[in-house]
Amino acid sequence: MAVKRDRVPVREQDPKVRATNFEEVCLGYNEEEAVAEAERCLNCKKPMCVSGCPVNINIPAFIEQVKNRDFEKAAQIIAESSSLPAVCGRVCPQETQCEGKCILGIKGEPVAIGKLERFVADWAREHNIEPVPAKEKKGKKVAVIGSGPAGLTCAGDLAKMGYDVKIFEALHQAGGVLVYGIPEFRLPKDEVVAHEVENVKKLGVEIETNVIVGKTVTIDELLNEEGFDAVFIGSGAGLPKFMGIPGEQANGVFSANEFLTRNNLMKAFREDHDTPIYRGRKVAVVGGGNVAMDAARTALRLGAETHIVYRRSEAELPARVEEVHHAKEEGINFHLLTNPTEILVDDNGWVKGIRCIKMELGEPDASGRRRPIAVPGSEYEIEVDAVIMSLGTSPNPLISSTTEGLEVNKWKCIVADENNGATTKEGVYAGGDAVTGAATVILAMGAGKAAAAGIDEYLSK
Amino acid sequence: MYKILKAELLADKIYLMDVEAPRVAKSCQPGQFVIVKIDDAGERIPLTICDYDAEAGTVTIVFQCVGESTYRMADLKAGDAFEDFTGPLGCPSEWINEDIEELKKKKMLFVAGGVGTAPVYPQVKWLHDHGIDADVIIGAKTKDLIILEKEMEAVAGNLYVTTDDGSYKHKGMVTSVVEELVEAGKQYDQCIAIGPVIMMKFTCLLTKKLGIPTIVSMNPIMVDGTGMCGACRLTVGGEVKFACVDGPEFDGHLVDFDQAMKRQQMYKTEEGRALLRYQEGKTHHGGCGMCGGDE
Repeated sequence: MAVKRDRVPVREQDPKVRATNFEEVCLGYNEEEAVAEAERCLNCKKPMCVSGCPVNINIPAFIEQVKNRDFEKAAQIIAESSSLPAVCGRVCPQETQCEGKCILGIKGEPVAIGKLERFVADWAREHNIEPVPAKEKKGKKVAVIGSGPAGLTCAGDLAKMGYDVKIFEALHQAGGVLVYGIPEFRLPKDEVVAHEVENVKKLGVEIETNVIVGKTVTIDELLNEEGFDAVFIGSGAGLPKFMGIPGEQANGVFSANEFLTRNNLMKAFREDHDTPIYRGRKVAVVGGGNVAMDAARTALRLGAETHIVYRRSEAELPARVEEVHHAKEEGINFHLLTNPTEILVDDNGWVKGIRCIKMELGEPDASGRRRPIAVPGSEYEIEVDAVIMSLGTSPNPLISSTTEGLEVNKWKCIVADENNGATTKEGVYAGGDAVTGAATVILAMGAGKAAAAGIDEYLSK
Repeated sequence: MYKILKAELLADKIYLMDVEAPRVAKSCQPGQFVIVKIDDAGERIPLTICDYDAEAGTVTIVFQCVGESTYRMADLKAGDAFEDFTGPLGCPSEWINEDIEELKKKKMLFVAGGVGTAPVYPQVKWLHDHGIDADVIIGAKTKDLIILEKEMEAVAGNLYVTTDDGSYKHKGMVTSVVEELVEAGKQYDQCIAIGPVIMMKFTCLLTKKLGIPTIVSMNPIMVDGTGMCGACRLTVGGEVKFACVDGPEFDGHLVDFDQAMKRQQMYKTEEGRALLRYQEGKTHHGGCGMCGGDE
């Protein structure tokens, strides 16, 4: 029987302490806490949580094993559906997915499914539980472009089915957005990401870094010259957007992608790494998504007083509630209903401030959110020496522009069948942000999974 | 790992290396560049491609020591290796897609400044291989900084060498040579100028006056080189362009060179400190007023 009690709180680093380091914020459950939380699960006959999970993890079954303290079994159950549990347990928006559907959430707090998943994944890593490669080989080769969440998932699933899979990664390190985008304090790189990448390799997947598909080699060359039978494109949405306001080319204005890539992939925050980063004393981050929170919390940790400037109100912030909460705890200032109109530049070409205008919310627009409207005469200036633009990203055209027969839509997103990832080019599948535009890790994983099934069906004909 | 097969000092602080990188060598075209990373702690450094050999699987790079990373690169010898070497990045020179017969009718002038001679070489060589002889001007501050003169001589139509101080051949800036050639009656349909930003700026001011369309190759600060970070953004004809994916070659008469020069200053202080740390190593004990070692 389930035990009625409040959700077991998760331990976190003290906000004052963590604002000065890059160690992980959330410390996760220990065994006792995990078992106590697992006991809250009602083990519903028709588990809604499973339908809320883009990769359909058998959630009640793994929680049941946590309750029984058979953590290895719990890890096996998760592994049937997900290749990246330690990542998902940390960065999935559970509140709108699995936990958002939990029956307990109607009257109280849902089961902490994300924290339990993380616990199981971390336990498996600490106890060296390794994935088991496929016994029988299919004798067919699949190329996967990109080693982010979509690519790793697709590659992992295909390898489990017995395909020979090779991932091509454009950067020098595998992991995609998990490595260059999400900061260390939310997702430790060596401990968590590198380990999950290793697990995918243990399934037999090969990874070749420094290959920019579209430049170093084309998809047609992979299919016609290198003997691949199918290709999956999981190249993500890497192109940053800027606002197009005056002063944006000044020194001290960065895309969130640049700022985070320097810090996360290139480890600029570490003295023993060569890549420089401009720290700034007072930093404005423009935008309200998870990436904006990541950039702001990174700037804070690098020593800056940090301000978030967002044109809608708190209710519309696209970032996860947990991220906003953490950012506030750490002392980040929020300027809501505020929109930049100009970046102020000094005589030497450096940022000296940002001019903003107050906004109010009008009627809902096409996105369903209330449209922000400028309040005339409400301009004011914030003195800053760095501005980080975090306005979203769009897919990189390097692949679509060099692949004949691959259709893209007007946003340069690759057109692909939602159910099986099939594109307009035979044998070529796609999924994740390259198809949807910037979304979440778990949705990319869901797409990678669907495409793996689609490729299997195609190659089994 | 990408093995260094040859490492050679071309001139003061200017080095040439042949690197084993078969995939890059196979796909290289004139106008493109590579990114190299020495080791785990290294930066991603965008570099000029000087030559490539698809059959041998090698790419030749040329670089000048300016900051800590390039000084560290200069310490590498034949037999050492880069941890990462990726490319080819950027768009190939536009004219390689032109109809070859049409291209043959054009008079091309290349203006190479200093280490910019290296990326000019594969372009002139490509033309030479396709039966087109282009005029080439190589300019440098002084005699010891002239590179690849012999190599260029073998593939160029006419080669003009100039030094700012007159220590070798012609005396004066590259722009003075362009002026003299045009005054002497030479006509050019296309100019390609590659070198320091200041040199490209003044070459473009001149060729605009002379009515010669001019292409320049920009080398701003970059991180990934694939369009992800936007560090390399430039204003070209009033529009924001990313040098890594939209360039590196642009219409020189439309580039905002002054802005590009300002943006190059972005990390100068950090780079200076890093270089000092690297060069003086454990022997530096403060006194510079910068590093905090005096405290």
